[in-house]
Amino acid sequence: MLLQQLVNGLMLGSTYSLIAIGYALIFGVLGLVHLAHGEVFMMGALIGLQLVLWLHAGPAVALVGALLGTAVLGIIIELTAFRPIRARHGPIFAPMVSTIGVGLILQEVATKAFGGEQVGFPHRLEPVTWRLGPITISSVQLLILGVSLALMVALHLWVTRTRMGMAMRASAESTLTARLLGISTDRVILVTFAVASALAGAAGVLVGLSFNAISPFMGIDMGVKGLAIMLLGGLGNIYGAMVGGLLLGAIEVLSVAYLASSYRDAFVFAVMILILIFRPQGLFGVGQVR
Amino acid sequence: MLQVARLAKRFGGYQALTDVDLAVEPGSVHAVIGPNGAGKTTLFNVITGVLPPTAGSVALEGRDITGWRADRVTHAGIARTFQQVRLFRGMNALENVMVGRHTRTRGGFGAALVRPLGGRYRERGEEAETRRRARELLELVGLGRRAGTWAGDLTLVEQRRLEVARALASDPRLLLLDEPAGGMTPVEVEDLNQLIRKIRESGVTVVLVEHHVRLVMRVSDVVTVLDAGRVIATGPPDRVRRDPRVIAAYLGREA
Amino acid sequence: MGSYWESVLIFLGINTVLALSLYLPISAGQLSLGHGGFMAIGAYVTVICTTWLGWPLPAGLAVGGLVAALAGALVGFPALRIRGIYLIILTMGFGEIVRIFFLNFEPTGQASGIGGIKHLTTLPLVTLVAALMLACLMRFRGSRIGRALRAVQEDEVAAEAMGVNLTRVKVTAFALGALGAGLGGGLYAHHALFIDPAQFGFFRSAEIFLIVVLGGVGSYWGPVVGAAVVTLLPELLRFVQEWRMTVFGTLLVLCAVLRPAGLLSPRRRAAA
Repeated sequence: MLLQQLVNGLMLGSTYSLIAIGYALIFGVLGLVHLAHGEVFMMGALIGLQLVLWLHAGPAVALVGALLGTAVLGIIIELTAFRPIRARHGPIFAPMVSTIGVGLILQEVATKAFGGEQVGFPHRLEPVTWRLGPITISSVQLLILGVSLALMVALHLWVTRTRMGMAMRASAESTLTARLLGISTDRVILVTFAVASALAGAAGVLVGLSFNAISPFMGIDMGVKGLAIMLLGGLGNIYGAMVGGLLLGAIEVLSVAYLASSYRDAFVFAVMILILIFRPQGLFGVGQVR
Repeated sequence: MLQVARLAKRFGGYQALTDVDLAVEPGSVHAVIGPNGAGKTTLFNVITGVLPPTAGSVALEGRDITGWRADRVTHAGIARTFQQVRLFRGMNALENVMVGRHTRTRGGFGAALVRPLGGRYRERGEEAETRRRARELLELVGLGRRAGTWAGDLTLVEQRRLEVARALASDPRLLLLDEPAGGMTPVEVEDLNQLIRKIRESGVTVVLVEHHVRLVMRVSDVVTVLDAGRVIATGPPDRVRRDPRVIAAYLGREA
Repeated sequence: MGSYWESVLIFLGINTVLALSLYLPISAGQLSLGHGGFMAIGAYVTVICTTWLGWPLPAGLAVGGLVAALAGALVGFPALRIRGIYLIILTMGFGEIVRIFFLNFEPTGQASGIGGIKHLTTLPLVTLVAALMLACLMRFRGSRIGRALRAVQEDEVAAEAMGVNLTRVKVTAFALGALGAGLGGGLYAHHALFIDPAQFGFFRSAEIFLIVVLGGVGSYWGPVVGAAVVTLLPELLRFVQEWRMTVFGTLLVLCAVLRPAGLLSPRRRAAA
């Protein structure tokens, strides 16, 4: 029983990780907490849904479509809401206020365009379930876990092996130094936003597939959780975000099983607040917190 | 007046202060000098409660104030200026000094609501007294005419002087000046010299951290030399200046 | 005066109260995005007093405000050591916890909320409360505590070195801000006649935050101006009403891009 819950937790957690990684990427390179990231996740789910409805596509196409769509969305957000602020040397809080605005816009646009009701992905896959000893896994869950892990591995490889990936890490360390080395930080930032948003979009489709509950409001919750994970794993730390996501997924599933499920979300927030108070640098973060 | 005993401060792996002893006599001007990075500002920060000490003690007029929070330390009678000027730029010079008076006045949110109403040109009670004292201090440091200027619009030297006025507003027994002569011309340094003398004459003990050796020699009664977090010499300026360890510390850095 | 416009003006008054209440902690440098939570507490407690206990509205407001203030003090303490973005997240989390709490709390109807509230909020009452709050802020401004607040907002370390007790100032500012939000919540409940947890979620907090940001934190008139813009604009322009969130979101972005200095630091000059 416990093992089953853990496995469920990992499934859930892997999607959380994807979102948290996005936060970490953006924070790492820009020092900015992208409060609208949850809405990007939501848009990914909606884009995927539309593709399935209009083109009768399978989950794979929905996934890729959402990836691309949200990547573009991320780029637009960076160009309209953040770059102008940097260009004018605004104070640190200005971008964050901007993210709140973007979040509101995305929320309402989604509500108007897709209606406020919860919808599900029409089932094209016959969910197959397998038994592995005491554990039951469905094909959907496997898909989610597989895709998430694949994306994480791909990200890791990209960040450590490719030029652009390393440029991103350099920019995260020090924008000035990166620029002096000839790295176009503007381009790096664009790529960062695209990648982070794409991951969120993918997570959107995956969550939509697993829970069958897509609505314009699914972003708020997820957004805060992703934030909590990023805090847990240490700001700007991608690997901390990965581990943190899995951890949170496990905690959440376990708490549902053993505590009142309706207070589950409150539990997550409480944990987050405790972290903020007692260990703001997270489990893996290093150094002083500003 | 001030007794610092075996003070130590550690930041993670870095030992900023080790075994620092400092004895400041009342009514004196005591200078703390040393090469860059010797720990002078850290020493100030620990004494004034901005940072907690790792070990050791600080006593003011016999009272143990080790590890006290900054506002309690100020209330106890120590005031300071900052090496990198930390004025409130959203306020003008007068208001900055008035904030300095915070610890000698009372009245929080409740009192603010019921304080006596005055007209624009008349104020009563504590507020008027604070304002008067602030103007007085601005005159003392030579900023009388600049009372209404935004703190950010003052020149660097004026800002440093404003910080001194603000620090004095709390009627301290001990005044800590962190590199007050930074960026000053010789004429301005002489003015500072005179100001410090005036402050001493008014009964306030002064400790200053300085790089400006000439000023230190001219104005101080005792000099303590810090190097790499330790005290390497202490005594009257003439003697310290000739101390071989002090010379080595400074020359060693120059290499 | 037509009762429609009277209703609009009452909402304007309520928004002013809410904005003024958020203004106080922000002027102590504490950015709070959880004010919806305090508003919720005030709303529910006030309704409990008037509906279940049969008390008159002012009494209910007093209790609602006090409970909210207590909550504010409780949140204010952990908020002491936290700055900037962390504080924003902390307060967001708090707001969500309150919302989820009421979502599950049976006695107040859980997700269905409470309906059929008596209409007790009148325009004179709202105006009075708003005016009182404004008067308080004005009194704070030219006083010792007003200076201390500004000092804390600008530079906490320097303020503390000047003898300002950070704990007292920040927690009190937070608690008073929560008190105001509680009053706003109580007034709101007895005008909207129906409350449920969804009305006090993140959007509410963001809306109040937007009002303060729009008006600028340089002066206590800022929230008043902001409230007027946010409340009246949808009434005057139809498309604003239909696309409220989008317009407000865009306004936030524009504020951040075009007049960031007006956002959080009063009278700050351009970087030399």
